Amino acid sequence: MSARVLAQEMTNTEEWVASGVFYVIALVALVAAVRMVTTNNVVHAALDLLVVLASVAAVYILLGAEFAAATQLLVYVGAVMVLMLFGVMLTRAQIGAEEDLNHEQRWIGGLVAVVLFAVMAYSLVEAFEDDVLPADRAVQRTQEVSDAIFSTYIVPFEALSLLLLAALIGAVVVARRD
Amino acid sequence: MTALQLATNIPWWGSTGIKVGLGLAVVLAPAGLTVYLYLFKMVSFMQSRLGPMEAGPYGSMQLLAEVGKSLQKEDIIPAKADRNVFAMAPYIVLMSTFLMAVVIPFGPNALFTDLDTGVFFALAVSSISVIGILMAGWASASKYSLLGGLRAAGQLIAYELPMVLAVVGVVIQAGTLNLQQIVYAQIDGEIFGFGGLGLPFILTQIVGFGIFMIAVQAELTQVPFDMPIAESELVSGYMTEYSGFRFLMFFIGEFATAAIFAFLASVLFLGGWAVPPFVMDILGIDATSNWFNVLGPLVMASKMLLLTFVIYWVRFTFPRLREDQLQKFAWKVLIPISLVNIAITGTLKVAF
Repeated sequence: MSARVLAQEMTNTEEWVASGVFYVIALVALVAAVRMVTTNNVVHAALDLLVVLASVAAVYILLGAEFAAATQLLVYVGAVMVLMLFGVMLTRAQIGAEEDLNHEQRWIGGLVAVVLFAVMAYSLVEAFEDDVLPADRAVQRTQEVSDAIFSTYIVPFEALSLLLLAALIGAVVVARRD
Repeated sequence: MTALQLATNIPWWGSTGIKVGLGLAVVLAPAGLTVYLYLFKMVSFMQSRLGPMEAGPYGSMQLLAEVGKSLQKEDIIPAKADRNVFAMAPYIVLMSTFLMAVVIPFGPNALFTDLDTGVFFALAVSSISVIGILMAGWASASKYSLLGGLRAAGQLIAYELPMVLAVVGVVIQAGTLNLQQIVYAQIDGEIFGFGGLGLPFILTQIVGFGIFMIAVQAELTQVPFDMPIAESELVSGYMTEYSGFRFLMFFIGEFATAAIFAFLASVLFLGGWAVPPFVMDILGIDATSNWFNVLGPLVMASKMLLLTFVIYWVRFTFPRLREDQLQKFAWKVLIPISLVNIAITGTLKVAF
């Protein structure tokens, strides 16, 4: 019934619980993200990344964006990460710590990550400042999402479909042996 | 209506506690029932034997004995296994089963949560179990397990597509993803102006129903699609190294998922918790009547038993496919047929 609850005015306790749940999810995502880049095992890294992506889905649910959450689960957890794990396990998947997993350019990568975080954090804080989510926020209806995709955003949607089709054909061409 | 609303006016933690208890019942009771009825008894009769007869009247307590046996067994983790991942894998598989049960409606008010994305959510969380199977296969540090895990992952990815595409036909006809609204759409439906039967979508989506049930069979890695746990090739696939309680969890997960998929199929294709409208007229109740909160779960249970019967019937009748036949069947037969089904359904929906 949580969907119904969100659609109504949220009581104080529920607002508290929602905030608490958000911090728990955020903490889980943060810990998993740090573990992902520091672990010495490729499969562990993939599983930690999976936790991060699932946490994002949980945040979507907390925001009442059901469709985005289900899509996040279906696409990232159910497909992308499964394929990634599949590939890793087929090629190199030893148990225990691996050596030379650290790339020599990792300092540059870290720098880029810090800069990206700073830019995004600054622009988000600048854009929203003290805005709070409305207490009577409604659950995003799937129909609204599809209406937006197939009317306002029809051109980007079709362009993305074409891009994916091109990638698909490209993959087939690359994989063909003859 | 009022009695149930009184019941839902308890605080959120109270209703959450009740829902957790009911969720356990919804997942575990059908699993136990189908294991006893079909895995123990039906298959025995098909093979001209009696099956378990000692534990309880007519062997009905056999499952409890098995659970007790599994709980007493030593919980073995192979020396070279990745302990944490190995220990976590069965929980992930079971989690996906429980999450699927969340959206299934058992009556006008008898449901856990009325998600707007209903069936989409159910199919999304059903794919989480692949992760658990891959984890189990990899962490066991055994060739058989790894091969079984990889086969399972390839199979589950391949058959998720026809499953989703088969459901799309129903969604187009009902005009909603919400499972409760799909049930109402079937009650309100008419067959050429005759509304006495409603319109169970199995009548118009018979192709979709067939594809869905085949895909369910493959998602459950049951015969004829049981290559991931093929005992003559891979010992027991990704479950090889598991014992005791963790094996029990995989076991429960398999049969509970079969029951939950049967629930899902009965909502999508067989009219869900509702009985045909002419029966409602005889009983003098309408679709929003409070009686359906009691009757609905029973109707759902009988439809579930019917569909799981078919699942186990196929399981004990067909020989196993080969790995390449399995992939070909998904990509070259099921997916094209379901795409054609979507195109025809969409065209007819616009035309009428």
